[in-house]
Amino acid sequence: MNTGASTFSQGVDLSLYIITGISLFFLIGITVVMIYFVIRYNKKRNPKATNIEGNFTLEVVWTVIPTLLVILMFYYGWMGYKPMRQVPDNAMEITVYGQMWKFSFEYPDGRITDTLVVPINQPVKLNLVARDVLHSFYVPAFRVKEDMVPGKDNFLWFEANREGRYDVLCAEYCGMLHSFMLSSITVVNQNAYDEWLTAAPIVTDEHPGLAILKQNACLTCHSQDGSKIIGPSFKGVYGRTQLVETNGETREILVDDEYITRSIYEPNADIVQGYMRGLMISYENIISEEQVADIIDYMKTLK
Amino acid sequence: MTTATTDLNFFQVKRGLFSWIFSIDHKRIGLLYLYSLMTFFLVGVTLGVLMRLELLNPGKDIMEAQTYNQVFTLHGVIMIFLFIIPSIPAVFGNFFLPIMLGTDDVSFPRLNLLSWWIYIIGSIMALSTLVFGDGPADTGWTFYVPFSVNTTTNVTMSVLAAFVLGFSSILTGLNFIVTIHRLRAPGMSFMKMPLFAWSLYATSWIQLLATPIIGITLMMIVAERFFGVGLFDPSIGGDPILYQHLFWIYSHPAVYIMALPAFGIISELLPTFSQRTIFGYTAIAFSSLAIAFVGYFVWGHHMFTSGMSGTGRIVFSIMTFLVAIPTAIKVFNWVATLYKGSINVQPPLLYALAFIFLFSIGGLSGLVLGALATDIHLHDTYFVVGHFHYVMFGGTGFAFFGALHYWFPKIWGKMYNITVANIAFVIFFIGFNVLYFPMLVVGLMGMPRRYYDYLPEFHIPNMISTFGSWILVTGLLLMLGNLVAGLFNGKKTGRNPWNSISLEWQTPSPPPLANFDKLPELPEGGPYNYKND
Ligand SMILES: [Cu+2]
Ligand SMILES: [Cu+2]
Repeated sequence: MNTGASTFSQGVDLSLYIITGISLFFLIGITVVMIYFVIRYNKKRNPKATNIEGNFTLEVVWTVIPTLLVILMFYYGWMGYKPMRQVPDNAMEITVYGQMWKFSFEYPDGRITDTLVVPINQPVKLNLVARDVLHSFYVPAFRVKEDMVPGKDNFLWFEANREGRYDVLCAEYCGMLHSFMLSSITVVNQNAYDEWLTAAPIVTDEHPGLAILKQNACLTCHSQDGSKIIGPSFKGVYGRTQLVETNGETREILVDDEYITRSIYEPNADIVQGYMRGLMISYENIISEEQVADIIDYMKTLK
Repeated sequence: MTTATTDLNFFQVKRGLFSWIFSIDHKRIGLLYLYSLMTFFLVGVTLGVLMRLELLNPGKDIMEAQTYNQVFTLHGVIMIFLFIIPSIPAVFGNFFLPIMLGTDDVSFPRLNLLSWWIYIIGSIMALSTLVFGDGPADTGWTFYVPFSVNTTTNVTMSVLAAFVLGFSSILTGLNFIVTIHRLRAPGMSFMKMPLFAWSLYATSWIQLLATPIIGITLMMIVAERFFGVGLFDPSIGGDPILYQHLFWIYSHPAVYIMALPAFGIISELLPTFSQRTIFGYTAIAFSSLAIAFVGYFVWGHHMFTSGMSGTGRIVFSIMTFLVAIPTAIKVFNWVATLYKGSINVQPPLLYALAFIFLFSIGGLSGLVLGALATDIHLHDTYFVVGHFHYVMFGGTGFAFFGALHYWFPKIWGKMYNITVANIAFVIFFIGFNVLYFPMLVVGLMGMPRRYYDYLPEFHIPNMISTFGSWILVTGLLLMLGNLVAGLFNGKKTGRNPWNSISLEWQTPSPPPLANFDKLPELPEGGPYNYKND
């Protein structure tokens, strides 16, 4: 297991060692005794068996001891877990958005990033928002994980205590590219963090349409340079005629405002020839009509 | 005419396909289940091997991400709903429960046949997604919403298949409960009943009471997909967490539908091959009921990271630890049964001993997942995948194959090659550990489950695990090949090759249609009371 990098690591690892230790003791004990009996009481050595119906004292012993041990294990598990739900008052709040198949982070000053940069020894509370289906925000090095549930608020918090770059993985299955839904957390000292804050500009001169595409992870599947990923590329798509399959029939359509809107809201209605059905969900409740207009505006620039 | 039929065994009384698929003889129905289950099991194994092949290296090896997701879903659906849930009760319960109770059939033979037909229809529905619709579901066997409501793959058919299969399970449970209450041989009180019957009794109650919940839950998904009823999808006013509760209220107790019958098998194998009485009969019998009962109240441990309240998490964690106690009691009593026995090491016993070892690893790794702090870290990682394969395959799977080797001479009246069976066992056992132990390790390292691709640091354990799958399959094929060879050329065996005192060994092998040629004699002083003085 990797070395922990948050204040939770110690409690989690301690309970892991205690439970594994007790488990190994029983596993080895049971196995050794079992093998010993099989050899010692093999029918060649012991042609006549003895019937022993049971032993009340033994039954009591091996009921009471496991009971005490499971209480002990529960206790350590609970203690290691307890701080995870008690967020300190001075925690810095960041909102995490999860959607197929990308995490994005919104800082208090409004900046949106793909990866997280946080100062060391500073409690950070992450408010978890899922935009489409279930995801789970998992940082193995911090020993934290919470599900991102659409329509429900969930959160996690941590305090990193070692500088470095740590993996963030999506742990709840979320469709085709679930295993590619990765990000990272970089833990830096306070000075470096302040520098990063001032160096990285909040507002960019990015086209608003592109910002929406990025925010919704559209570019994971649709390229801007004509290359084929999972869905058709956006390059030169606007105004083109295109063969699509609608209800099993092939027809020719013009890629216009109406078609693009439909492709975002009902992605499986028309499928561009050569691509698979069912890989994209509807963004009807996620991308507003004004935003669709921005996207179309941006697409027109991709000649 | 009537005098002639008494010498015939149940294979000989009638011949032809229809005499099998419309048979109401519990023995034939048990074998129908065996043949169909094994077929689906081999399909599931093939899918599993393909998954391991894909995971040999990071990046694409043999299939695309979408295909991989469908493969692991189908692997789960087949192994859970088509193989492991019916496995021991449907095959060995059907065949041996009536014989071990000293009676000629289950209480409702026609219902029994119906349950097999329902099983077959449900299985065909599940497999039909390979051919019809937009491909097999890509949701995982858990069908978590809202993804399962939104995806265009053939979730509806998979879910309907699981719904239909549920009825088969319910009917078998009902049949066994009534049979155990009504058809025990005169003189066989509950406390003189074989422990296999006890374990089926506890299992049947879970099948009867828990299965309807999953049926309704899955129907709610269909309602949501077709009519947009806002039950689970938050974008139309539903609650995805509600689905998880409903799903696990069935699916955790279902773990005991899979595990309890295996406990029953082990409790039969150990006394026979130790030639002595079972240690702690009462403790083993009642711990089954205790597990079945407490098992109803632990489902929340599948949802520790779903945003559940702190109190909820604590309660479910405590309850989960409580299940460990009756389970530990069983293991200790089994090991004590070997004490001062006269142990005859034969293939079925090897499977029983392997069961105790592998199931202990499965159960003990479950403690790591039951504790809150460690579960937060390990939930939805490969540690969970390793854990449940140790419990389900290392536990129930090994018990199933142990039972197959144990009752093989009774069912077919022939014996397989013992040496080959031993060799196959060793390869199978080694392959199993090489396949699944690295999963526990890579889970601790932080690799989430259901991953088509993985970070480079997870490469080595994944590679070892894939090698293990090849060893395991070699052992499995050798084992099955040896059994099939035994079917054709095995030496004829008598009534009682293992020298057991259980009732099924008093009748000829294979048994006659009415199960016994003469009235069976209950062993004096209990079902495992070997004459040793
Ligand atoms: Cu995911
Ligand atoms: Cu469970």
